[in-house]
Amino acid sequence: MDRPAETDPRPVAARADLEGEPEAGAGETLLSRTLRANSLWIFLVLVVLVLGFSVARPQAFLSPFNIQSIFTNAATLLVVSVGMTYVIVSAGIDLSVGSVLVFSGVVAAKTMTGIGGQDSGWGPIVIGLVVGLLGGLAWGITNGILVAKAHIPPLIVTLGTLGMALGSAQIITGGTDVRNVPVQLTAVLGQGRLLGVIPWLVVIAVVVTIVGGLVLATTRFGRYTYAIGSNTEAARRAGIAVDRHLLKVYALSGLLAGLAGDLSLAYFTTTTIGGHTTDNLSAIAAVVLGGTSLFGGVGTMFGTVVGVFIPAVLGSGFVIIGVQPFWQSVAVGAVLVAAVFVDQWRRRARENR
Amino acid sequence: MVEALLEARNVVKQYGTVRALQGTDFSAYAGTVTALIGDNGAGKSTLVKCLSGVAMPDGGEIFLDGQRILLDSPTSAQRLGIETVYQDLALAYDLDAAANLYLGRELRRPGLLGMLGVLDKAAMRNGGAGALANLGVRLPAADAPVGSLSGGQRQSIAVARAVAWASRVIFMDEPTAALGVVQRERVLEVIRRVRDSGVAVVLISHNMPEVLAVADRIEVLRLGRRVARFAAGDVDVEDLVGAMTGALEASALGANDVEANDVEAGAQTGGEGNTNGGNGR
Repeated sequence: MDRPAETDPRPVAARADLEGEPEAGAGETLLSRTLRANSLWIFLVLVVLVLGFSVARPQAFLSPFNIQSIFTNAATLLVVSVGMTYVIVSAGIDLSVGSVLVFSGVVAAKTMTGIGGQDSGWGPIVIGLVVGLLGGLAWGITNGILVAKAHIPPLIVTLGTLGMALGSAQIITGGTDVRNVPVQLTAVLGQGRLLGVIPWLVVIAVVVTIVGGLVLATTRFGRYTYAIGSNTEAARRAGIAVDRHLLKVYALSGLLAGLAGDLSLAYFTTTTIGGHTTDNLSAIAAVVLGGTSLFGGVGTMFGTVVGVFIPAVLGSGFVIIGVQPFWQSVAVGAVLVAAVFVDQWRRRARENR
Repeated sequence: MVEALLEARNVVKQYGTVRALQGTDFSAYAGTVTALIGDNGAGKSTLVKCLSGVAMPDGGEIFLDGQRILLDSPTSAQRLGIETVYQDLALAYDLDAAANLYLGRELRRPGLLGMLGVLDKAAMRNGGAGALANLGVRLPAADAPVGSLSGGQRQSIAVARAVAWASRVIFMDEPTAALGVVQRERVLEVIRRVRDSGVAVVLISHNMPEVLAVADRIEVLRLGRRVARFAAGDVDVEDLVGAMTGALEASALGANDVEANDVEAGAQTGGEGNTNGGNGR
């Protein structure tokens, strides 16, 4: 694949010398490398958006209520996007997250109502939440086995489990949402706040994001995820257990979708079966907006956070300044296409060297 | 004669109906550069795959230091001190040089953080810089992704990685293919230096002058069999090409062959290697 000798148009003498060749990397500073990073540019876009809306309507946009609702609305998507970041960095894709989220919410709700009822205490609630997590994990492991062991393309695998998870949720509920979830769950996890200030949903999402970011950036698990996404065959030849690692990555994505299902159930007090059909695309868009390459090998959790908040800020801001909020979808779509275009262009520039 | 460090006997490898290796023998000696040559399709790459753990042979035996070994994965080969510079380099282009040098062998922080899997990036960066410096490689920026480097620099990193970890045998599949004149010379110099450290170097190359310049011994494959072995001093390019293409028959080769007894004229009598197939799956 990479045989520059055959394609390199430059004369031999002009080619690389083993020692100190003045290539693109030459004299590169931390600053210039940071400027090249996709996530920085998209972060600047977010900053400009926030500043713009703040200047236009400081009272409304910067009100504690608005800030809190932006964060709360983004919490479940953020949790899902953390898992999606791992999947996309490993050069995969997970379309099933929205359905898995619904499935987890349904099995959690059914468990809670089945053994506890609406007035139940924490025992049934905790069991229900764990069942929700396990439900997500099970779908994630299913995805992982089909991708890593059966070698079916992840797009197809997760398209299949998207349908299966959602269908299963509908079969379990007969198609109608479970509404009589325990009051305690929604009162504490859904509406409660840490120290009366920060909603628990946000706290959980932030913790998941920080842990997910640290693991991705500093551990061997993260390094293997990048290596596999960058060059699967090289990772395999280097002795990395590629199949097992991919299995873990998809399992993680499923588990986090399950957690998001629990959070969503607590927040909305219902299973919202019909409300997550585009969650997968929202998560993928957030991850890619944040500079993670759809081709794998590149990406940061910081970028994903920015990618989650751009649509959230746009949506909230448009409402406040009186623009139809539908423009949010238009704007995010356009920025998404631009982000991928830039990524492809950079890759092509690199391959042509 | 010194005993071979790495020896393959009667190795068979079949891809569907194609018999890429039809009972191939091969030997490499410690502190010696052995060139493995042959025309396209002669089975060089397949043999290297079998000897570096990438592919499992369907038959035949492999010995390291006289001990029969089973190479069922690149990892098992690496554990035995056998490293390979792949033709496609096998680098993760989005990672930096140090990350590639330590790929699959990452250093972890001491203590609790290490148990949690936290990498010791500083130590790997230092070690990586050392390994590259040993080869006289200087990179513009230590943490630039390998993909942003030139073809020559990438190749140097792949070579440095194999050299850094190989303690017994190192396979180099066309290691100078992407290189300019100066770099090529430098890689050949590295090959000699690695040889002098006692490692068995196996060089796969199409470049006959290069083979003659650096190899101590030459083994020739044709149609999945070893057809000749030479001591480098005794041959010229014509002999090599003759052996590769079959223009020079085994009988004629006898005159030049350092180990005339071993000339594989007998191979034509069809050593079906499957009978030895303890190495198979």
